[in-house]
Amino acid sequence: MNWLVIYPEIWLLAAACVITVADLFVSDPLRGPTFWLTQIAVGVFSLMHLWYFNAGFTVYGMHGTVVTDPMGHLLAFFAGVAVLVTLAYARPTLGGREMLKGEFYVLTLFVLLGVSVMTSANNFLVIYLGLELMSLSLYALTALRREHSVAIEAAMKYFVLGALASGFLLYGLSMMYGATGSLEIPKVFEQIANNPNINKEVLTFGVVFVVAGLGFKLGAVPFHMWVPDVYEGAPTAVTLLIGSAPEFAAFAIVIRLLVEGMLGLALDWQPMLIVLAVGSLIIGNVVAIAQTNLKRMLAYSMISHMGYVLLGLSAGFISGNTLSAGNAYSSAMFYIVAYVMATLGTFGLIMFLSRQGFESEQIDDLAGLARRSPWVAGAMAAFMFSLAGIPPLVGFYAKLAILQALVSTNIAGYIALAVFAVVMSLIGAFYYLRVVKVMYFDEPVQTAAIERGRGVSALLALNGLAVLLFGVLPGGLMAMCRDAIIKALTS
Amino acid sequence: MGLLSLSIWLPIAFGVVLLALSNERHAATVRRIALVGSLLSFLVTIPLITGFDSGTAALQFQENLPWIERFNVHYHLGVDGLSVWFVLLTAFITVIVVISAWQVITDRVGAYMGAFLILSGLMVGVFAAADGMLFYVFFEATLIPMYIIIGVWGGPRRVYAAFKFFLYTLLGSLLMLVALVYLYYKSGGSFEIAAWHALPLPMSAQALLFFAFFAAFSVKVPMWPVHTWLPDAHVEAPTGGSVVLAAIMLKLGAYGFLRFSLPIAPDASHRYAGLMIALSLIAVIYVALVALVQRDMKKLVAYSSIVHMGFVTLGFFIFNALGISGAIVQMISHGFVSGAMFLCIGVLYDRLHTREISAYGGVINRMPKFAAFAVFFAMANAGLPGTAGFVGEWMVILGSVKFNFWIALLAATSLITAAAYTLWMIRRVYYGEVANEHVQKMTDINPREFLMLALLALSVLWMGLYPKPFTRVMEVSVQHLLEHVAVSKIK
Repeated sequence: MNWLVIYPEIWLLAAACVITVADLFVSDPLRGPTFWLTQIAVGVFSLMHLWYFNAGFTVYGMHGTVVTDPMGHLLAFFAGVAVLVTLAYARPTLGGREMLKGEFYVLTLFVLLGVSVMTSANNFLVIYLGLELMSLSLYALTALRREHSVAIEAAMKYFVLGALASGFLLYGLSMMYGATGSLEIPKVFEQIANNPNINKEVLTFGVVFVVAGLGFKLGAVPFHMWVPDVYEGAPTAVTLLIGSAPEFAAFAIVIRLLVEGMLGLALDWQPMLIVLAVGSLIIGNVVAIAQTNLKRMLAYSMISHMGYVLLGLSAGFISGNTLSAGNAYSSAMFYIVAYVMATLGTFGLIMFLSRQGFESEQIDDLAGLARRSPWVAGAMAAFMFSLAGIPPLVGFYAKLAILQALVSTNIAGYIALAVFAVVMSLIGAFYYLRVVKVMYFDEPVQTAAIERGRGVSALLALNGLAVLLFGVLPGGLMAMCRDAIIKALTS
Repeated sequence: MGLLSLSIWLPIAFGVVLLALSNERHAATVRRIALVGSLLSFLVTIPLITGFDSGTAALQFQENLPWIERFNVHYHLGVDGLSVWFVLLTAFITVIVVISAWQVITDRVGAYMGAFLILSGLMVGVFAAADGMLFYVFFEATLIPMYIIIGVWGGPRRVYAAFKFFLYTLLGSLLMLVALVYLYYKSGGSFEIAAWHALPLPMSAQALLFFAFFAAFSVKVPMWPVHTWLPDAHVEAPTGGSVVLAAIMLKLGAYGFLRFSLPIAPDASHRYAGLMIALSLIAVIYVALVALVQRDMKKLVAYSSIVHMGFVTLGFFIFNALGISGAIVQMISHGFVSGAMFLCIGVLYDRLHTREISAYGGVINRMPKFAAFAVFFAMANAGLPGTAGFVGEWMVILGSVKFNFWIALLAATSLITAAAYTLWMIRRVYYGEVANEHVQKMTDINPREFLMLALLALSVLWMGLYPKPFTRVMEVSVQHLLEHVAVSKIK
């Protein structure tokens, strides 16, 4: 037993329990104390992870079921910050939607706990445990507005398809277990690498199911059907929760399962990821053009961005060696960070604009925003240009990193993929530009003042500045991702 | 902070301040700040030319700091004889644009002025960048302010024009991005443009690189047949936007040929020179005929811009000193002349709110001072000896006589067609009887308009009568470039 390894998880669990009870005694109709307690819990949790990341050690604990390494902690830290920001954006909008309950905060804490468990898992079952903890909490959060039929429908879809995906994943993992005789990731890795008598058919079969399960969770084509409906149907606060912190967890389990566990099968799963990536880039970008609902558009945009991440993940094992692995996986990780940074802001803006009984989900609802609130519109423009990958915003460097990972394989096929990816990002630019167009070029339809307080608009401006600042000086963040990945690969 | 950094960041800093002040009440203050900012930005570029050592082809005023260490990207600035004049031209034109917008722009003045100042800094950055990635970041970032300028302050079809402008240029530059990343990989991890110049490359790689750069720069120049965005963008953009577009943005593309295509892929440049010359000649002959049938003044000048840029690309690909220096002189003179032409159209448009040639007639009777300027600039546009327009074209034609007599002959037809479309427009708009009561009510230019036109007229005369300061600065750099391009890079 090595308790040190799971202190952040213990802290979060304890905090969640305390907040559940404490909320019973909160009489404030705005749930102020619950909100602040949650933020403190998440803040401390993030700082703990940051401290672990800076300490830089790799320790296995709890009989080898969990691992504390810089990659896991960095991802959990990012997830913590994402939740922190999500809650800050969400708070003012919850009240009008029958969601201002203690449960919202507690379930969010459990989502984060699941994420944290996944990022530090070293065992198939622990990964599954974390995944279910996160997913079940998210299903419940989606259905939190129980009188709202669209939300219930979205929750149903999310639950059914999510359960199916979990089933896929579990089925694949059980096959891996059957072939290798172990649930522990390092042992699976060793078995695949060193055991000549291993049953290749079962392994390959297992990988197919694992990749399918991960594809579901990432929202990659052809496993993407749940994404638009859930994004649209869920309350925006929950959509943001689905679209931010879990991305880090999904990335973590892809690295843990496919790279740390099954790198020996890279020749099997890399082509699968490429197929998923190409499909996601095409479907995500092309279908996004046709959307008039902002949340649906962002859902398809998320699918296309997962395509880039998958491209980065598929370029690690080249010509029989892993020399480019650090480069490729860290570019994918940086991509997710850049993506979430902009996503937080865009959904934050949707919540900022929504009012009592009015959801502000259509792209046209943004018309003339530049006149109504120049700072907020400027921040939104920064998010859109960042997602489109225009310098000097952080999204550009994410694309650059992916392209660089693809080109430096020096294989014609991968270079062709790079060209394909940039052509797709041109299509992507169109629908992001359309949002900027609506905000800046169109006349405002409604001139009603925006009600939200200064706090949220300041946070939005700050978020926009972060997208710009990490675009002008992306070096530090890139180096962090690279360090984390290299340490995870060498340990 | 070095002079080049100052030339880049001073206008950007002023631009950001102006964006923050985009409150309608401060319009008068905003205009003054913009004027001071653009003047200061121009003043700091003057030491670049007075302190320039024309005896060397090396980069001068260099600044080199590590920027993104993960990719070995440097904040490396420097100018040589090819680029130094463009830094001054950019800052100078920005001053003119600020003056031209003084009373004309009343809607969101701060944002308008801010966008132009930021754009000015970014464009100086393109000319001053000695690092490929830095170049790309500036090159792409210019799209954002221009997109906003066209879309917000443009004419009736502004949205279409803004999208077309953005997406056309983005497609080209994304392909260039892949080329840059490929060069980064091939050069063993360097984004230094000078290192790429020295990099030996096989013909196949050179050909692909050449066409990737061609995609980026030919759209920007623009060369036939990817020129169709330009007439739309020019017609819809506000006057200032047209001026900057014609005077400087087109030069970014031509400059890219000089800095990237020719020295990095010299063998491919020689091999495909025939194609480039053919496209340039089509621009010179065919597009000139298209210009002849235009009824909209801005469209006419836009097509004539394409003709003049055809001379520039022709000059590059005949590979002699006269051709290349002539092309660069043509780029600078076109900056003055086309800028002035669009300003003249702006002056007319401000009074009558139409750009149709047929709506005018006999303007000289009502606006004698203005007509004098307009006729002068039109003559420069047609290439009258003694004006700036003559020097560059004459040098390029002389250079192409050395290369091939028939090419020179075909290029020289432009002297006839240019005179035809320009004089035709001049006759219809300015001479003859006063056409209608609207023209009857027109008032002559005020001191502000007189000032901006006089400044440009002086520049045009100076360059036409005494072009030596311009050619002297670039001589050594052009010679160096030619020597470099003459040596094969195939090992």
